[in-house]
Amino acid sequence: MEILISVMIGVLFTVSTYLLLSRSLLRVVFGTLLLSHGAHLLIITMAGLQRGVSPLLSLDADAYTDPLVQAMVLTAIVIAFGVTSFILVLSYRIYKVHQTDDLEELRGSADE
Amino acid sequence: MKPIKSNEVMLQTLTRILVFIVLSFSIYLLFAGHNQPGGGFIGGLMTASGIALLYLSFDIKSVKQSLPINFITVIGIGLLLAVGTGIATMLLGYPFLTQFFDYFYLPVFGEAELTTAIPFDIGVYLVVVGAAITIFLSIAEDD
Amino acid sequence: MSNLVLLPVLLPFITGAILILFYKKRRTQRVISGFSAIGMLILSIYLAYYVYQESVVVLEVGNWPAPFGIVMVADIFATIMLILSSIVGAACLFFAFQTISKEREKTFFYPFYFFLLTGVNGAFLTGDLFNLFVFFEVMLIASYVLIVMGGTKYQLRESFKYVIINMFSSALFLIAIAYLYSITGTVNMAHLGERVAELEQTGIVTVVAVFLLIVFAVKGALFPLYFWLPRSYYGPPAPIAALFGGLLTKVGIYAIIRMFTLVFNHDVAFTHKGIITVLAGFTMLFGVLGAVSQFDFKRILSYHIISQVGYMVMGLGIYTPIAVAGAIYYIVHHIIVKSALFLFAGATERITGTTDIKQMGGVLKTHPYLAWMFFITALSLAGIPPLSGFFSKFPIIVSGFEEDQHIIAGVALLVGFLTLFSMVKIFQYTFWGEQKHTEEQAKIPAGKMLLPTVPLVALTIILGLAAEPIFQYSMDAAQQIMDPSIYIESVLRGNE
Repeated sequence: MEILISVMIGVLFTVSTYLLLSRSLLRVVFGTLLLSHGAHLLIITMAGLQRGVSPLLSLDADAYTDPLVQAMVLTAIVIAFGVTSFILVLSYRIYKVHQTDDLEELRGSADE
Repeated sequence: MKPIKSNEVMLQTLTRILVFIVLSFSIYLLFAGHNQPGGGFIGGLMTASGIALLYLSFDIKSVKQSLPINFITVIGIGLLLAVGTGIATMLLGYPFLTQFFDYFYLPVFGEAELTTAIPFDIGVYLVVVGAAITIFLSIAEDD
Repeated sequence: MSNLVLLPVLLPFITGAILILFYKKRRTQRVISGFSAIGMLILSIYLAYYVYQESVVVLEVGNWPAPFGIVMVADIFATIMLILSSIVGAACLFFAFQTISKEREKTFFYPFYFFLLTGVNGAFLTGDLFNLFVFFEVMLIASYVLIVMGGTKYQLRESFKYVIINMFSSALFLIAIAYLYSITGTVNMAHLGERVAELEQTGIVTVVAVFLLIVFAVKGALFPLYFWLPRSYYGPPAPIAALFGGLLTKVGIYAIIRMFTLVFNHDVAFTHKGIITVLAGFTMLFGVLGAVSQFDFKRILSYHIISQVGYMVMGLGIYTPIAVAGAIYYIVHHIIVKSALFLFAGATERITGTTDIKQMGGVLKTHPYLAWMFFITALSLAGIPPLSGFFSKFPIIVSGFEEDQHIIAGVALLVGFLTLFSMVKIFQYTFWGEQKHTEEQAKIPAGKMLLPTVPLVALTIILGLAAEPIFQYSMDAAQQIMDPSIYIESVLRGNE
């Protein structure tokens, strides 16, 4: 299972790298989105994909899951949500003001 | 945002029912969050999506009339509520955000577990609702 | 165990939340934020005094015991940074009262200003790697908003690049945390330090160390990842640029110093003397060359941030107590001086209406105080005795020679000369020569604008004249962080 997920993370990183290097504004945003998805999956996978009950003192069980990873990933997802919504608004504004979504045209001139 | 003229009746009728389901489920999620899947963030997002559905099917102006809430203030109140929970425990001499819980008998609900995590979660809920709607409106009101 | 440790994080956070409620009332916002900034200054000085008496102070948030819950740790180094952030925060805020536009005040300038300080203070105090990530994000999200605020064409275009680069490095940060967690099974920094020291296979830890170095190098503008800085810091108005230039990159540097003294001290010959020293040399050199080639006030200052970040990292790379103490002293000097210089750039921009130094001239005649205060600060930046710049560069370069790192020490000396050159260039073009601004502009009063910068200029003189006790203080801080066992013992075993 870990190997399968690892391959998936690899695919996510590949796709996001491709998108990040493209010239369209929106594609770059999607690239960062996929990159953060890959990173979140990586956190879960790196802690080991265990099956088990939640680690409470009163419970008797053979296997416990690691709660720390879940907490970390949840926090990371929330942060990624906030930043992504911000950058979507930002790229919309850029499109409105500059009338283009081509990053080549958004490079800016050298003398500025 | 231009209202969709052709299918408005369908959408509006459905929305009237759906929004109630979405909102009540979001409240359930908010309070279930302590020991079960759910929580302030998910509940808040769900509420925000319910309100967003309202904005989509009716136009922004009429929703604002029936829902006269300044969502930016909601963010501020939510933040203060969440931090306030932590500070309350600080004033009692415990470390910031120490959790307490106890079982109470409430008139309608019967035996219920009340924790200090609930006001914190409600704070998170308010922040998420406020922030999500603010982002939504800032794009929608642009044209 | 003391809630006092968390107060420097909570105070700006609560202030920001309250300010959101009053977002339409300018005067109320000013009063609240002014009092809060002064309160933060008093609080951080008291905390520094308290920590100096008590050694390391730890707070276990939510009463969860140390390796499991989040800890907030205040040692001498962290409190030094806290004092700096509140000094600069207050100075830039009071400068903003004079210069910031009404539209910005009504579009959440003050709330995000305080959220930025929340993130910065939190990053200084946290003892948990993942929590460090969270505070970095708080700081970055606030900085995204502040950098784009106003929404000019230039700002929108450049802030997009700033946001994308920082999102990318945040994702790398998460990946590094994931790897480190899978190797050691913890994210508590003290616990990490202990476990990494026990680890037999250190090769993989070195890989993660370099990974984290890349992340912090993006935030701290190290070679070759500094390219975003000059363009992004050019856009926003002076108080924001001053806060960013003084404080924001230094949070990255703080994280590098913290991680590479506490956790990644297993292979000093490779990570410190190899990678970090080389990076420091290139950072200094390319930064100062960029500054020399520019003719824009703000851009020259931005490139100087890069070159001076090199000195701090060089102090870490040499890795002797004196060098690290020099690096800490240099951070103190740099944050104060750099913010002051950016504020002066803002003041001259307000007077002359431009930031291109070729189109300025003769400001000395019309605004002599501004000119001489700039002159003192610029000399301090270049490292002329008896100002703070000299006494902070001196220990770093001397210990460079003592440790037989002749090349890097030579580069540092050369960079000092070039810094002086480009500072004199600004002074010559802007303040000397014929008056190029109109008579009306010459009558713009600068007194009120300059008032918040007076403490900063006074501090750079005091830091230079009182070099002995202050260097002793940074020496204490350096010895504390060079001996990770103090930190680890206080966090994991408690210091009661």
